Amino acid sequence: MSVFLLLVVIAVLSVAGYVLCRQRALKSVDGNIRRLHSLPGYYGWFGFILASVPALLALALWLIIQPIVIERQLSGFFPAEMVEDPSARTLLFADVRRVAAGLDAAVAQGAMTEDEAEQVRTDAGSVRDRLAAVGVALGAEVTPEVLAAAQEYREMARVGVIGRAILTLILSVAGLVFAIRATGPDFRARNRVEQVVLALLILSSTIAILTTVGIVLSMLTESLRFFTMYPAADFFFNLTWSPNFRGNSELGLIPLLWGTLYISLISMLVSVPIGLFAAIYLAEYASNRVRSVVKPLIEVIAGIPTVVFGLFALVTVGPFLRDYFAQPFGFGNSGSSVMTAGIVIGILNIPFISSLADDIINAVPQSMRDGSLGLGATKSETIKKVVLPAALPGIMGAVLMAASRAIGETMIVTMGAGAAARLDLNPFEAMTTITVKIVSQLTGDTEFNSPETLVAFALGMSLFVITLGLNILALWIVRKYREQYE
Amino acid sequence: MTDISAAGAVPATKPKNSLFVQDDLTRRRNAAETRFKYYGIVAIVLSLSVLAVMLFTIFRDGTSAFRQASVAFPITLEAEILDPKGARDPADLAKVTTIGYGNLIGQQFANFLIAEGIAVEGISDKDISGMISRDAPGRLRDMVLADPSLIGQTIDFNAYATGRIDGYMKGRVTLETAELDRNVSLEQLQLADKLIAAGILTSGFNTGFLTNPDASDQRPESAGLGVAIIGSLYMMMLVLIFTLPVGVAASIYLEEFAPKNRLTDLIEVNISNLAAVPSIVFGILGLAIFINFAGLPQSSSLVGALVISLMTLPTIIIATRAAIRAVPPSIRDAALGVGASKMQTVFHHVLPLAMPGILTGTILGLASALGETAPLLLIGMVAFVTNYPSGPFDGGVLDPATALPVQVYSWASRSDPAFIERSSGAIIVLLAFLVIMNVAAILLRRRFERRW
Repeated sequence: MSVFLLLVVIAVLSVAGYVLCRQRALKSVDGNIRRLHSLPGYYGWFGFILASVPALLALALWLIIQPIVIERQLSGFFPAEMVEDPSARTLLFADVRRVAAGLDAAVAQGAMTEDEAEQVRTDAGSVRDRLAAVGVALGAEVTPEVLAAAQEYREMARVGVIGRAILTLILSVAGLVFAIRATGPDFRARNRVEQVVLALLILSSTIAILTTVGIVLSMLTESLRFFTMYPAADFFFNLTWSPNFRGNSELGLIPLLWGTLYISLISMLVSVPIGLFAAIYLAEYASNRVRSVVKPLIEVIAGIPTVVFGLFALVTVGPFLRDYFAQPFGFGNSGSSVMTAGIVIGILNIPFISSLADDIINAVPQSMRDGSLGLGATKSETIKKVVLPAALPGIMGAVLMAASRAIGETMIVTMGAGAAARLDLNPFEAMTTITVKIVSQLTGDTEFNSPETLVAFALGMSLFVITLGLNILALWIVRKYREQYE
Repeated sequence: MTDISAAGAVPATKPKNSLFVQDDLTRRRNAAETRFKYYGIVAIVLSLSVLAVMLFTIFRDGTSAFRQASVAFPITLEAEILDPKGARDPADLAKVTTIGYGNLIGQQFANFLIAEGIAVEGISDKDISGMISRDAPGRLRDMVLADPSLIGQTIDFNAYATGRIDGYMKGRVTLETAELDRNVSLEQLQLADKLIAAGILTSGFNTGFLTNPDASDQRPESAGLGVAIIGSLYMMMLVLIFTLPVGVAASIYLEEFAPKNRLTDLIEVNISNLAAVPSIVFGILGLAIFINFAGLPQSSSLVGALVISLMTLPTIIIATRAAIRAVPPSIRDAALGVGASKMQTVFHHVLPLAMPGILTGTILGLASALGETAPLLLIGMVAFVTNYPSGPFDGGVLDPATALPVQVYSWASRSDPAFIERSSGAIIVLLAFLVIMNVAAILLRRRFERRW
């Protein structure tokens, strides 16, 4: 019984649960619903939930556990040294599954009878050729162990499918029966249904935690695997980055970190003054009409996808800087450079800084401005000497958040900063960043056993730690500041 | 005493402190005030003009992607080339490769030019057939295989011109650049001029740009956004299905039910931190968990949607919570007062009233999800996909696909300048979708916004 069919049956049973329980509730009070504890619909939903939820949970668990159990059982078919190494083991079982699927296909197409598929041995001609005839291509000839394991796999899978169907159907029917028997005028159906709904709400809200756990776990395990292949000290302190897929790579973080920080620095030099002055003007000087037009326009920048900025860097800003600054002044002749990426990321961050700073400046109490103006200060003096110092912690928080965004930005640096990892001071030279290298190490055909690929996870982990640290610091500063005026 | 008289004596001769004449300090302070104000104006003008320049360059480069030069000429599908055995057996027909069709097209086009009396001195047959897209033989072959009765007939065939000829009509390729270009000869451009004059080479709206799948480096003229649009559409549908229920449920719990305890705090901190995690980290998560661990197919819209859902969820939760919080407590009190349970209050009263705000937030969240690129690169959506994914109910979400922003990136990284035009054109399509979504959100907000 396929999973889809099972789901259909469970759905039918659940709907039946709704109808039957509702009817039984109504019947138990002869249609006088005032005598029921809950509205009739709640009895129906109770039936629905009991017929579906336990069965679906069991089905999901079964689907997760069955392959693990089968794999463990099949390990007996192979010599111990073949299943020791985890990656060899994965490949081996992928082979087993493919052969089993091939046998299934052969039976389905009538090229083999069911008995034949169970009895066929490698000494009676090439299994590979026979499977190729039914459209299942295998990389190598099937070894006797793999074939035997595949046949056992089919057997266990067949038992598994039957067991799965029986278990889920029994659970579904049992739930249904239980719900019908429980239904009566005094049964508190609404409370039960609400408990289930509340559980669903709690479950949904924990997804945020699960995501974080997933991020940390996935990067941590792969990073640890990387550090078993490549010394951690070399990764953190080596000054060269030259991956080499034939081995002997030098995978030092420092040049990438330098490029990342250099680009972020330039981007902050662009975005902080512009964003801050724009925010000050909008908050303190602009009339309501100007504000209502300009503020959304600046925020349009924030709504444009970063890949658009990337193309802008690649096609417009890069060549412009090269032709009018780098080449005439002899700084080099590269279109993609630290400057290009930095400026464009800076532009991207302008609306971010300006809208955060705008909110923060507006939160400074008017009485402080009034006091300063009353003492004869001009508006700009008030801003410089009173408003900005009062808003400084919040602005610092905004700047740190912008810095973390600049550090984690990917598309603009991928398209505008270049791919050469070097430690250099010339901002018109192409450099590269952590994010660029994550992309380049993980795109294309990748094999997850080489340090050259796994280094991306260590890079991702470093990036995650840096940005998370900056954000926590920023949030902490902002929270401190908020308490000041509340 | 003397001090006072001395001080009093000065203004009598020289009114230094008059209110009508500014002293140096005041003048300086006022100048600083004006300067400061202008800094702000300059900052705003600067950022808006950069925005304008960016949009201008993209529209300047991109609008031409929506026009495409094509050549129309009659072509006789000669039976001896296309079906040497004459049996019209589909298996035999399929044996004739696109090379055979290419030769046929080249020959027929040259013959047609001779018949029309259009000729350019010194042009080789190879140059003539080289003006027609390498996409044409494949299309013609598909036409013939679909309808073998065409063999032997003369049909009007409409083929794309190659990227360079197309670029010549759009002004991207000129006679000067052609001299340095190995891919196009001066004779071809002269011939193109004559063909334009004869009305054979025309430029029209490029529907193929919106419907065709991607094409290889050699054929920029036939590269289109079909697969990318379908992929983005599938992803947005799935993201909506994944994030809206979960986001709303999480927000309801956090706003209405959550007790103040460690778990709630942990969730809150997690949500605000997740909103700030670089998008590429989500790509790594998707690669490690959905592809390597769960074994979902690479490049599929399903994996893309899962990754983007996790990214979008914090945004949607934040927006939804704001919308729920905006419903005044009096509504809840009234419902509870007439005997509704807490759950009934929330689902019957609070949620419907918060719905417009939730939908607005969701649309804006989807709009930012639509432009997300970096995580999709890691899960393989940058792959070269020329087959359309199947329908959404035939497992199309598991088929390899690309997405609009990824297509922008992969075209931008190709060397032929014709792909930069396509890339900008793809951005225009992407921006059009974003504008539509944002306008929808604004209209929704206008229509349903309530001031309590």
